[in-house]
Amino acid sequence: MQTLNSYAPEIIRIVIAVAGAAVVVFGNALIMGYMERKLAGHFQRRTGPMEVGYHGILQLIIDGIKLMSKQLVIPAKADKPLFMLAPIISFAPVFLPLLVIPFSDRIQAFDLDVGLLFVLAVASINVLAVLVGGWASNNKYSMFGAFRAVAQNVAYEIPMLISLLAIVFMTNTFSLRGIVEAQNVWFIVLQPVAFLIYLVCMVAETNRAPFDLAEAESELTAGFHTEYSGMSFSLFMMAEYTNMFIVSCIATVFFLGGTSGIPLPYFEYTGIIWFLLKVYFFMFFLVWIRWTYPRTRFDQLMNLCWKYLLPISLVNLLITVVVVKL
Amino acid sequence: MNVDVLEDERQHHFVLNMGPQHPSTHGVLRVLLKMEGEYVLDPQPVLGYVHRCHEKIGECKPARSFMPNTARMDYLGALIYNQGYAMLLERAAGIEVPKRAEYIRVITSELNRIQSHLLWYGAYLLDLGAFTPIMYAFDDREHILDALEDVCGSRLTYCYCRVGGVCKDIDDKFIERARAFIERLRGRFPMYENLINGNVIVQKRMKSVGNYTPELCARYGVTGPLLRATGVAYDLRKAEPYSVYSEFDFEVPTEQTGDAWAAFNVRYREIEQSLRIIEQALDKLPEGEVMADKVPKKLRLPQGDYNCSVEAPRGELSYYLVSDGSDVPYRIKVRTPSYSNLSVVPEVCKGMMIADVVTSMGALDLVIPEIDR
Amino acid sequence: MKAYFSELFTGAWSLIVGLRVTLKALFSPVVTVQYPRQKIDVTPNYRGHIDLIKDPETGTHRCITCGMCMRDCPSDCIYLEGEKQEGVKGKVLTLYTLDYTKCSHCGACVEVCPTQALDYCDDYEVAGFARKDFHYDLLKRVEERV
Repeated sequence: MQTLNSYAPEIIRIVIAVAGAAVVVFGNALIMGYMERKLAGHFQRRTGPMEVGYHGILQLIIDGIKLMSKQLVIPAKADKPLFMLAPIISFAPVFLPLLVIPFSDRIQAFDLDVGLLFVLAVASINVLAVLVGGWASNNKYSMFGAFRAVAQNVAYEIPMLISLLAIVFMTNTFSLRGIVEAQNVWFIVLQPVAFLIYLVCMVAETNRAPFDLAEAESELTAGFHTEYSGMSFSLFMMAEYTNMFIVSCIATVFFLGGTSGIPLPYFEYTGIIWFLLKVYFFMFFLVWIRWTYPRTRFDQLMNLCWKYLLPISLVNLLITVVVVKL
Repeated sequence: MNVDVLEDERQHHFVLNMGPQHPSTHGVLRVLLKMEGEYVLDPQPVLGYVHRCHEKIGECKPARSFMPNTARMDYLGALIYNQGYAMLLERAAGIEVPKRAEYIRVITSELNRIQSHLLWYGAYLLDLGAFTPIMYAFDDREHILDALEDVCGSRLTYCYCRVGGVCKDIDDKFIERARAFIERLRGRFPMYENLINGNVIVQKRMKSVGNYTPELCARYGVTGPLLRATGVAYDLRKAEPYSVYSEFDFEVPTEQTGDAWAAFNVRYREIEQSLRIIEQALDKLPEGEVMADKVPKKLRLPQGDYNCSVEAPRGELSYYLVSDGSDVPYRIKVRTPSYSNLSVVPEVCKGMMIADVVTSMGALDLVIPEIDR
Repeated sequence: MKAYFSELFTGAWSLIVGLRVTLKALFSPVVTVQYPRQKIDVTPNYRGHIDLIKDPETGTHRCITCGMCMRDCPSDCIYLEGEKQEGVKGKVLTLYTLDYTKCSHCGACVEVCPTQALDYCDDYEVAGFARKDFHYDLLKRVEERV
């Protein structure tokens, strides 16, 4: 009984944290889905959804209901356990990085000392989900998409980590809270090259255009999630949007100073407003890029990573280390 | 989708079916790709999914009733197909077309050509994964369609040319709209160049994809912008001028490199040349009748073979008519440009990656209904 | 080495220029209309299905049942019948049906009619559930029109 009492605040904290993460995931999916469709419409000089609710605000809710009510079609020779497992592998790990991100000075579930490593490690489980989904569909197009996605994700994690490592060298800590607090001057000013490299890797890690060879291609009809319908498809989509949110959060924390901004009352709690503004600026940027550029070819994608991003990020790291140690 | 794994000792080859329903084959075309990993070893197009027996229909009805069918064969170049067929019958029956009708045919045909190239532009970039240029291109295209709807009555499959002229005269509203459209499109070119033509991703996707040489084009009978992308300046409007094209001053854009990027640029520059032709035609438009007088209701064609070639947006279009003296033709044969353009795919696309197959088929600008007729 | 960097910079610059174009489009007005709620006027020259014209002087159609439209139609979609009635010169039209499922909007019927009895209507919102929804009885339509 004694031990349970001493664990109680911790359990409450965990419950609140997971509930908060769930709110973020589903709320983000709603907001992002709507924002993406409206922005896509206006970039193409048309309105987006307009019918459901005032200017289509309720569209995503109705879409969610529609996707939940669809039949889960499993192809005949598909590997059934793996087929059903892939969306779960994709969706379940997205809650974890949300627990370590410093939304504001007092709103952070757990401040791990190795926050950055934790986030990157969990974010790479997504690769497994894509591979399993593509393989289990018994569909050559899906397989293709899965193979490409694996190569792409694995390759682009390296420049991403190295460019973030330059910042870690400057602040001497992996903890996300420590990096936010160490930014008197935003690191985007001190490390513009790392910022640009991270921006490109961000787009590639979340499988968004122009690097979206894994999913909505006109060459290979929807790639690894061709055969998924209904709730499984919506799980993949929510995982994708949440991944976008997480990488944008990392970008905000590392380069834009997290919650820093014009002081507001109760700043320990209301700092989240600045944080979310910056995060959604990055999300807008991701949507903007998607609707402007065509897709790169697969070997050009890998060329970009191995021949351009990796050498430049290594040079950047070297210069940072030299300057810091001097 | 067929899943045939070929019995190869290493078991690395497989057959992928870019099936009849696919977002990137424009129309109902099936391409069987024998692949190894990402590389295509042997692409084989399979045709016939949209065969509607147009040439057989031409044998059953009087010659002038075939006019609506010509528009259905290539729905993007419908007015040019109409014009070609009307010219064929006029040549066979010896009817002369008034000058104003010729000018009107040229203006509407060139508008049709621009509309076809704009749709190609947008759809090609959609295949490459850019979702916005197609919307911008369709926005411009709407202006053409509205202008042509006012004159021809339809938006896509026109039946406007008749034996001896055109069926309806154009009015000042059309001329004003055409001039306004020329101004508008010229103002939009910088936007297209900034968004697409200068974009590094687009250039990298299209450069060095496919190597067309004049010798290859001669072997397969490839004509049109693809031939001009290899350096041969062959355009029927200049080489064998028909209608009143000899009175206009325009260039034939060519490129030397013979890849998808060259074909892309040739078609893009052709839009500007078509705008020049329309401008000159609107300036020189004569007054007069739009229909020849004394065109017999029952058009008997003298016995013999007749041929007529025009420059369609995709290449050289030829009609060949064999007549046995009555008003129902004995045989109509249509030589459509996309059929010959498609036939280079097994040779050119060998050894490419699958993304390049999509790029190169988009550069061919295929319209499948005109392949299958 | 120089080519490496120049390619990188020109490439990056072209990407930024492209972004500017779409940003400008984001703040431009939309060019679409919300169709069922706002409709654009159709030009009067639009070729919908054909209709018999109601002559303002006689109050009825001008068809003389010559059958030229039926013979000239490339798709065989017109069927008309007439009969001889006493006291009336020429035939009287008793049945005029159009099978719109086969019509190709070529305009041969409109042009060949000797009395200009036919014209296109500009009805573009035709949708139906069965093929017989598109078998129009043009004689009944002209009699019911005001």
